[in-house]
Amino acid sequence: MASAAPPGRVVVVGASLAGLSALETLRQEGFEGELIAVGAETTLPYDRPPLSKQVLQGHWEPDKIVLREPGQYDALGVTWHLGRRATGLDVSARTVTLDDGEPLAYDGLVIATGATPRRMPGTSELAGIHVLRTLDECLALRQELESASRVCVVGAGFIGAEVAASARVRGLDVTVLEALPSPLARAFPAEMGAACAALHLDQGVDLRCGVTVAGFEGEGRVSGVRLGDGSVVEADVVVVGIGVVPETGWLESSGLPLENGVVCDSTCATAAPGVVAAGDIARWPNNLFGETMRVEHWSNAVEQGTAAAKRLLAGPGDAVDFTPVPYFWSDQYDAKIQFLGRCCPTDEVRIVDGSIEERRFVALFGRDGRLFGALAFNRPRLLMAYRKLLAAKTSFEDAVAHAQGS
Amino acid sequence: MRVVVDFDRCQSNAVCMDVAPEIFEVRDDNFLYILDEKPSEALRPKVEEAVRRCPTQAISIAED
Repeated sequence: MASAAPPGRVVVVGASLAGLSALETLRQEGFEGELIAVGAETTLPYDRPPLSKQVLQGHWEPDKIVLREPGQYDALGVTWHLGRRATGLDVSARTVTLDDGEPLAYDGLVIATGATPRRMPGTSELAGIHVLRTLDECLALRQELESASRVCVVGAGFIGAEVAASARVRGLDVTVLEALPSPLARAFPAEMGAACAALHLDQGVDLRCGVTVAGFEGEGRVSGVRLGDGSVVEADVVVVGIGVVPETGWLESSGLPLENGVVCDSTCATAAPGVVAAGDIARWPNNLFGETMRVEHWSNAVEQGTAAAKRLLAGPGDAVDFTPVPYFWSDQYDAKIQFLGRCCPTDEVRIVDGSIEERRFVALFGRDGRLFGALAFNRPRLLMAYRKLLAAKTSFEDAVAHAQGS
Repeated sequence: MRVVVDFDRCQSNAVCMDVAPEIFEVRDDNFLYILDEKPSEALRPKVEEAVRRCPTQAISIAED
């Protein structure tokens, strides 16, 4: 239970995982005031990771991705403004403006509007070109996959890779186009990208790296993707997975510092009193890694939603740093890919278990003599042991020694 | 308190094992095993954390 006097009304803008986590934490911490949640989609919070996997493959229907049962939502005592967007924030008057012009007063505010897929020029005029973030987008794509035979995925990041895998599982011909020389080359050392590429090559995906997209073919509906060399990849359906941009448009006139996300301090507080941020939109200095980061993954939405809610209830002297070990996973075909910590292409790499050839391994990443990250393919039990080592700032040498002893 | 895992959802992320190794174990076969289906009340906060942090929302608590 928080000791500070709780604010009377907390508004949470963004009704997905981070927002839900904040709402639940506020109640768990004893907040008895009014809770209002604003969500751009018309649905209560749902789970997004299955959208590119079980739902897209047709194994699950939308009723299986609800995050809470109706009774659990009722028990939270939240007033939901769904299908509504926030359009502005006045931090001195402490009001959020909604798209119907109504100002919503707050004592405490959680910014959790997430991110939205980056789009490519020339994709809005043609039918059959998709992005994947929301349930509606997933169902629209799934419906088109049912009658398609050739799919082209632009971008070999995790969302593109999962969509490609799901389309292959559905028996479609899949081409993946990647601008960089290998998948994930911006985030990981090259051999890790090669390991991800191998999963798709094993399954007959036509993966083309180092190619640029010049435009799209078709009239009214897409018929192919034109590459920089003039060749055309024919496709009935195109999925663009080239990353996301934080949903900060509504904050531009607020005076809140924005920099590829909402700028927060190490405790998830923004520059404005009574305003915190969590999830894909929040950029904060994670003092465990000495790095300012914005993390677009499921676990961070849960953990940061919790941290931001506690920060809102805490007095200034009680604020604690948010110092998680970031975690994400991706399921592609039969492969489980998991990553803990941080990584960049220039990190030292050591495979400490299995091998890339077996599609079963644990790789450790070191920077400045310290363990910074761990990546596993089909090794969940072994991977998780590294979370504590990462949290303890273990040296790279000791981490490798730990692996050899286990 | 009884720990319930929906094995249709479980993808063996092993986050639960990290939170509560007394109750959850993912073995080398990559399957999750529940070591203690009816843990003591003292472990409730840990189980609740595992429920919240499970990436596939596969864990729940039954009160029976």
